[in-house]
Amino acid sequence: MADASNVDAFVEFERVQKSYDGENLVVKDLNLTMPKGEFLTMLGPSGSGKTTCLMMLAGFETATHGDIRLDGTSINNIPPHKRGIGMVFQNYALFPHMTIAENLSFPLEVRKMGKSEREEKVKRALDMVEMGAFGGRRPAQLSGGQQQRIALARALVFEPELVLMDEPLGALDKQLREKMQFEITHLAHRLGITVVYVTHDQTEALTMSDRVAVFDDGRIQQIAPPDQLYESPENSFVAQFIGENNTLEGTVKEINNGIALVQLDDGELIDCKPVNVSQPGERTRVSIRPERVEYNKDRLQAGVHTLKAEVLEFIYMGDIFRTRLRVAGNDEFIIKTRNAPDQVRLQPGQQIEIGWLPEDCRALDA
Amino acid sequence: MTDISHSGPVLAADGTPLKRSLARALRMQKLRALMLIAPLLLFILVTFILPVADMLFRSVENRIVQDTLPQTVEALADWDPASGQLPNEAVFAAMAADLQVAAEQKTHTKVAKRLNYENPGLSSVFRKSGRKVKKWDLATDGPFREKLIGIDDGWGDIELWRTIKTYSGTFTSGYFLNAVDMQLGAEGPEIRPENERIYNTMLVRTMRMSLIITFSCIVLGYPVAWILANLPARKANLLLILVLLPFWTSLLVRTSAWKILLQQQGVINDTLVWIGLVDDANRLVLINNELGTIIAMTHILLPFMILPMYSVMQTINPSYLRAAKSLGATDWTAFWRVYFPQTVPGIGAGSILVFILAVGYYITPALVGGTKGTFISNLIAYHISTSGNWGLGAALGAILLAVVLLLYWVYDKVVGIDNVKLG
Repeated sequence: MADASNVDAFVEFERVQKSYDGENLVVKDLNLTMPKGEFLTMLGPSGSGKTTCLMMLAGFETATHGDIRLDGTSINNIPPHKRGIGMVFQNYALFPHMTIAENLSFPLEVRKMGKSEREEKVKRALDMVEMGAFGGRRPAQLSGGQQQRIALARALVFEPELVLMDEPLGALDKQLREKMQFEITHLAHRLGITVVYVTHDQTEALTMSDRVAVFDDGRIQQIAPPDQLYESPENSFVAQFIGENNTLEGTVKEINNGIALVQLDDGELIDCKPVNVSQPGERTRVSIRPERVEYNKDRLQAGVHTLKAEVLEFIYMGDIFRTRLRVAGNDEFIIKTRNAPDQVRLQPGQQIEIGWLPEDCRALDA
Repeated sequence: MTDISHSGPVLAADGTPLKRSLARALRMQKLRALMLIAPLLLFILVTFILPVADMLFRSVENRIVQDTLPQTVEALADWDPASGQLPNEAVFAAMAADLQVAAEQKTHTKVAKRLNYENPGLSSVFRKSGRKVKKWDLATDGPFREKLIGIDDGWGDIELWRTIKTYSGTFTSGYFLNAVDMQLGAEGPEIRPENERIYNTMLVRTMRMSLIITFSCIVLGYPVAWILANLPARKANLLLILVLLPFWTSLLVRTSAWKILLQQQGVINDTLVWIGLVDDANRLVLINNELGTIIAMTHILLPFMILPMYSVMQTINPSYLRAAKSLGATDWTAFWRVYFPQTVPGIGAGSILVFILAVGYYITPALVGGTKGTFISNLIAYHISTSGNWGLGAALGAILLAVVLLLYWVYDKVVGIDNVKLG
């Protein structure tokens, strides 16, 4: 992972803390550096502090402690309207008493732009989101997806370098959401703008972002590109929160050559990659992705530890099979297999042996 | 499959037209709904709609002259007031006959009172004559012209006869003309002499002061509503109770409290004198004038302005203001261009409520208004309960109603009544 502080920092959070009531910290010691042009997603459960961070960046909340910098300048004491940051709100916040064109024209008017220039920019922004014909309508006359496009166009029409998006697709149905995810990322890359995107939907975070910052309990738990985040979670919260994950609990027996031998609670031994365990005797949670589990003996590497498993349930999902197993006392052990012509369909009650590559099995904090 | 492509009404499964079938299916529901609201409808009909209709009717009804003086009215039909001559003996004889009957039934005082509204002084002529005419023998005691004039030379005034002739119809515009400071003269409606005008002044004053009161309520209520809408729920509820507190106190008590506060030896003046802002000899006149009425009524009507504004502001998502600021608007621009327009429905609703209540207000102006701060409703009340001139009271009420409806219509055209939100 590239050390972000080496890159030309565009947005920086340095030791930022935030408290609303003077007793509890909502954001605890946040440090974050973003280069220009990056699409960064803040992902986390509700109450994890991600929206608070966004609001501090936008200027609607003040940091209790620490420094927020934009392009090298501290913006702690700059009011929101002077920050020049575009923002898309969760409920779109299109002004209901103005037409679409007036909505888009608003940021240009407050910047005292001339009429002809305004009209041209509004037209260009509407065309950009393929809503050119809707300038005369009112927000209430548009569908959710259309309002979403207008909100995007309004946040971009005054050409900000940084755009913040607060769960902008939360209110859309699944299909539209996927379409808009694609469009927003394309637009962002085409315009070269820097985007901070807040969501609690991990699929959205993985598909859209250059980097994802996973928030929990007021801290960034991990900040990494989507593939690293998914494949190499650094702690059990991230492993649990991103994607589907199987967890087995146990104790570290020994660590040798980057391989940890873990004794599961029912006595079985498995090989893992030690991530944040350092010495024998430590409790650990072992995390394995469902699609990395192998039960076809021919494909298992020689010499790896295998575990006995009993098939509890087989679910046909079309493109994949989802099988629920009992493994080492865990009834919720899921494996996913591709629906290929030669793939075996497991039957409930069947006894099988499962295994995996040691590097796919990560020993994390308990 | 039924063939639905044929022309003509769509048919239900049993062949009856679908519309009739639907109406029958819904009839029971409609009847039941009607039964539920029937008591209320009846109540409103008896206690509100009928009395209002009756009062409106009274503002033009004028049967009394015809009923009491039938022969005179008939005899006067041939008389031309413009001729400058008194009516002939036949009219006087008819009057004597009518008076005799009326005096017997004691109705001559009533018609006298009615005609006195139009021509002050007529009342005494009728009363005086009624007593004496009773003793006359109609067959032998003529000629009555000289005899009547002998009793009271009012009978020799051509104006008296003109008034009777003018107001002898079943319906009259007299009350309405009176209500706008006009009268029926020899050449049709004419403006009353300057010293007799009052109602137009009062109507204009009522409208002007109601507008001032409405505007003061907007100015004072808007920030309160804003605070209410932006406080956390618990504190907002507490504040709301404070706003509603006046409703739990008697109107009379509140108005009397203002008397104590505002009078020249009252709390406010005493305080100002004590501080030294006002000289003891020149205490401020805060009550028994327009100012007193405006202060007291603004206070009394303020909750009616705050509540609709509050309920509208509550629905405005704070993200609109944030969005405006993120787009580069200063606090003021964000408020004025984004927040304020969305609160207009609340202001509209509050203004309509306050204005209509203010226009018809009666107790407060009567108590703290003195002579300069009273409203047209005080005059209406005077005519209904003191002077007994119900027709004029009704006409004034009708005009007030018409003005309010007119303003309502104007408001609908300008702001749009659909934009009004009461909650």
